[in-house]
Amino acid sequence: MITAEFDYVAPGSLDGALHALADGGEDAKALAGGHSLLPLMKLRFAAPALLVDLRNVPGLRSIEQENGGWRIGALTRHADLQAREDLGVVAQAAALIADQQVRNRGTIGGSLAHGDPASDLPAVLLALEGAVTVRGRAGTREIAASDLFEDYLTTAIAAGEILTDVRIPALAGWGHAYEKFTRRAEDWAMVGVCALVRRADDGTCADVRVAFTNMGSTPLRATATEQALRGGPLDAESIGRAAEQAAEGTEPPADLNATADYKRHLARVLTRRALQQAAGT
Amino acid sequence: MSVTEERTSGGNGFVGRRLKRKEDPRLITGRATYVEDLTLPGTLYAAVVRSPEAHARITSIDASAAAERAGIEAVFTGEDLADMAAPCPMVWVPPGVEVHVPEHWPLARGKVGYVGQAVAVILGGDKYGVVDAAEDVVVEYDALPVVVDPEAALEPGAPVIHEQFGTNKVFEWSLAGGDVDAALAEADVVLERRIVNHRTAGAAIEPRGAMAEWREGRLTLWSSTQIPHIARVILSIQLGISEEKIRVVAPEVGGGFGSKLQVYGEEVLVAWCARKTGKPVKWTATRSDDMLTTHHGRDQIDDVRIGAKRDGTLTGIHVKVIQDCGSYHLIEGPVIPTFTSCVISGAYDFPAVRTDIVGVFTNKFTTDAIRGAGRPEATHLIEVCMDQLADELGMDALELRRKNFITEFPNERPHGFVYDSGNYHGTLDRCLEMLDLEAFRSEQAELRQRGVYRGVGFSTYVEICGLGPSRALGPDGWGMQGGYFESAQVRVLPTGTVMAYTGTSPHGQGLETSFAQIVADRLGLDPEAVEVIHGDTNTGPFGKDTYGSRSLAVGGEAIARAAEKVQDKAKRIVAHKLEAAPEDIEVAEGAFRVKGSPDKSLTLADVATEAYIPGDLPEGMEAGLDEISFYDPTNFVWPFGAHACVTEVDVETGRVEILRWIAVDDCGPAINPMLIEGQVHGGVVHGIGQALFEQIVYDEHGQLVTGSFVDYAVPTAAEIPSFETDRTETRSPTNSLGVKGVGEAGTIAATPAIVNSVIDALRPLGVTYLDMPLTPMRVWNAIQEARR
Ligand SMILES: Cc1cc2nc3c(=O)[nH]c(=O)nc-3n(C[C@H](O)[C@H](O)[C@H](O)COP(=O)(O)OP(=O)(O)OC[C@H]3O[C@@H](n4cnc5c(N)ncnc54)[C@H](O)[C@@H]3O)c2cc1C
Repeated sequence: MITAEFDYVAPGSLDGALHALADGGEDAKALAGGHSLLPLMKLRFAAPALLVDLRNVPGLRSIEQENGGWRIGALTRHADLQAREDLGVVAQAAALIADQQVRNRGTIGGSLAHGDPASDLPAVLLALEGAVTVRGRAGTREIAASDLFEDYLTTAIAAGEILTDVRIPALAGWGHAYEKFTRRAEDWAMVGVCALVRRADDGTCADVRVAFTNMGSTPLRATATEQALRGGPLDAESIGRAAEQAAEGTEPPADLNATADYKRHLARVLTRRALQQAAGT
Repeated sequence: MSVTEERTSGGNGFVGRRLKRKEDPRLITGRATYVEDLTLPGTLYAAVVRSPEAHARITSIDASAAAERAGIEAVFTGEDLADMAAPCPMVWVPPGVEVHVPEHWPLARGKVGYVGQAVAVILGGDKYGVVDAAEDVVVEYDALPVVVDPEAALEPGAPVIHEQFGTNKVFEWSLAGGDVDAALAEADVVLERRIVNHRTAGAAIEPRGAMAEWREGRLTLWSSTQIPHIARVILSIQLGISEEKIRVVAPEVGGGFGSKLQVYGEEVLVAWCARKTGKPVKWTATRSDDMLTTHHGRDQIDDVRIGAKRDGTLTGIHVKVIQDCGSYHLIEGPVIPTFTSCVISGAYDFPAVRTDIVGVFTNKFTTDAIRGAGRPEATHLIEVCMDQLADELGMDALELRRKNFITEFPNERPHGFVYDSGNYHGTLDRCLEMLDLEAFRSEQAELRQRGVYRGVGFSTYVEICGLGPSRALGPDGWGMQGGYFESAQVRVLPTGTVMAYTGTSPHGQGLETSFAQIVADRLGLDPEAVEVIHGDTNTGPFGKDTYGSRSLAVGGEAIARAAEKVQDKAKRIVAHKLEAAPEDIEVAEGAFRVKGSPDKSLTLADVATEAYIPGDLPEGMEAGLDEISFYDPTNFVWPFGAHACVTEVDVETGRVEILRWIAVDDCGPAINPMLIEGQVHGGVVHGIGQALFEQIVYDEHGQLVTGSFVDYAVPTAAEIPSFETDRTETRSPTNSLGVKGVGEAGTIAATPAIVNSVIDALRPLGVTYLDMPLTPMRVWNAIQEARR
């Protein structure tokens, strides 16, 4: 509960932060809200020698419209997202993260860069087919959500790179839902399901996306369910049948509260509920 | 049992009023002083090196690297503590019963028996530096086989944790009354259930902490403790320091729930280190330390047999308890399950009762008193089994209860305890009135048609508290090595305000308010003029601290008696001054006045002037206005009540939600109804925690799996319904206030109401029994089982 010794800098510019990270090398870490990194340091599971706090980097806490979609600065806090109903499922999921204290500090950038499959926003970004922009000393690149999450606590963001903003495509015409199953309101998800549904004019399913929180070592898409539903009717029965396939191919890690089987069961139930809500059935 | 005559309070009528808590402004504005807020010049911080092994021999400890670090003052291991006069004591020595008590030192000597056991301590001037240094201590262990399951630990061939005893059995103990074998033989139905009452933590928000100063041959210990007075005695014994040279202070204590009814190794260790180094030494637990090494509670396996006639008449109850004690004892661990036996008869007129308890060593941390301490286990098994039995008899569970309720008081139970007073039908009646059971049942049936599963569960509990009569609990009785009286001192100051000293050690209960109300009424004051002093061994007489819902029923009575002694003396002074007889003086409207002539009166300030400038006192009267009382009760007190819980179960996921909670408690006349409500709310939340969320889990290697508040799931406001509470008032004849305790009642009542409620909800699906905690997965699994 007491961290190992570390140095701390809070540069006033993005370049300054990139420099500091580069100088610190392997042992340097960016610090955003600190609500994932600091607990790890306090438990001494992580002991970076240098923290590069991004708090003084200008322009990273923002929510802007862009091409009908959104560009959200990396330091935008969960509480900021929660307050913006127009962000749809992003706001809905953000409001379900932990408790208000955590939401007041935790950031979208930190949540995505940390790569914890139990975090809520990664599955949401995956379902939205969004992307993140990262800056390194070599330049700027964009990483699609589907390429971002590589393994447990491992993302495609390289050491020394900083996630600057998150891109969310236009959402018009999509129904959405985020179903999170927890023991207590403030808990991490045992399983979370993000569902997006777009109806065709004839009421059938024009497109559908389903992504899971905490069903594997990364957030996952439920491709079998999506395929079963895409192009077909969106009635309760079809949704129910499609949801039955939700857990196919998943290997969720068992934990204190849930065996793998129980998580798969929850995934099916929550997928059905999320799809029904998203489809408005 | 003697019946104390009811005394009139007189005064201003503050008793019974919902006064806001005097202690709250400092608590809610962050101005209270906890141990962690105290630091003395030159303080050394202590970091403790803990065992990562559950059972191992220590083959070597190399602390050289740690000792060489800059700023490290000293490193001590178990060997360095060889001059300690005695190991950590365990104070239950029941006559005629053998209890195995392994030597338990603040730092391990040669062997460890649980993960987290302290093996070394590092002292240094920087509180972060000592934690870094602790990581440099190299301890080599020779691992021994680990046993964590108490039943496995009793099997022949199980690894024996303390070889000297040749067994993992700690003790065997029985308490019976009536012929239980015959009672069960003559029963038409014998219900048998195995009930697992799992391990929980106290989970106080303020972790433990202690700071010691050794100055000119005197020791001061500030500790986050419920028991400063007992701690002083124990420090004296363990450190070989003469008692009058020791002062123990419990500053603000941020929750205890029994987990600080303890004298922990670290408290003795910082005191030892302070004496050794001559510098103040401070240790503060982290949350991880606290989860690992602040004692746990419950952890019983209860094999229950209840006999009944076809018509529901109960014939007897026999419970075999296996208590997981962990690997070492703290001050009273093994006695805790014996409190289960005190209330094994519940609210029911069992003609025969028997409780057989086996304590077991396992490679886990110690279990000891946690809120309710043995009584929640009893209530849980009785109240769950009443529903189970009703099912078996095809009878309504409330009818079964009512048929067997004890109605005559005082009532001696077969095992010798005397219930002081009660009205069990009364609390249940009121509870049902608030619930509207009929409306609920029709709604329940209707909702089931739509696949919505709701249930209602009841708990009609009785508990034993107000610890307690010294003769019953002490060395020749239950075997506790102590007395259980309480002390109080009421000191009127020269200007007529009051310092009221209590030997209890409140830590959140609100006693500064309720005790001030009691004193104020007796002396014609406003409670604001009464400062209640506590938690410092050097400010008043020897006290017996706070636990077992004793503070009001024992400590409050002592306060009332001391205040009445002051009142008596004041009346004599007033009578002398106003030329009346002392019997004709009354306390009313803030003054001591002559009955029938209200214009002839003196205030307490006037009396104080006379007492402290004693120019004209009655013949032979000593100066001063300052009285002490020691009150040792003649019986326990027996609070009771009826709780109802309405739940809804999401049968697809197993998730349980509490929709309503109705609590009707009877703890005698209220001194301050708001404090009672606070205790009931908190107590029930604690029970909801155990029933639905909280569980201490060790894996098969003896590693603690639930080492933080992420995994050890204490409920928050979001999980708790809005409570519907009410009270009935049945006086206890045990004390003059008529009061019983209420600090644990909610916790004692709560768990079976939830379990019964969930079983009621799921009965149509074939679920007939559930053990706690009712996690979604457990409930869902039970539904799947039942469907098969
Ligand atoms: C009690 C508790 C409960 C929680 N419950 C939930 C929950 O239910 N759901 C949930 O989703 N989350 C939960 N969280 C996590 C919380 O949302 C975190 O805030 C979030 O995961 C990380 O964001 P942060 O800004 O705090 O990141 P930090 O902790 O500051 O950083 C996390 C990691 O990301 C890196 N990083 C941060 N920002 C950047 C950046 N811009 N570029 C590159 N790397 C960066 C850091 O170097 C670090 O490795 C919980 C946290 C706590 C303490």
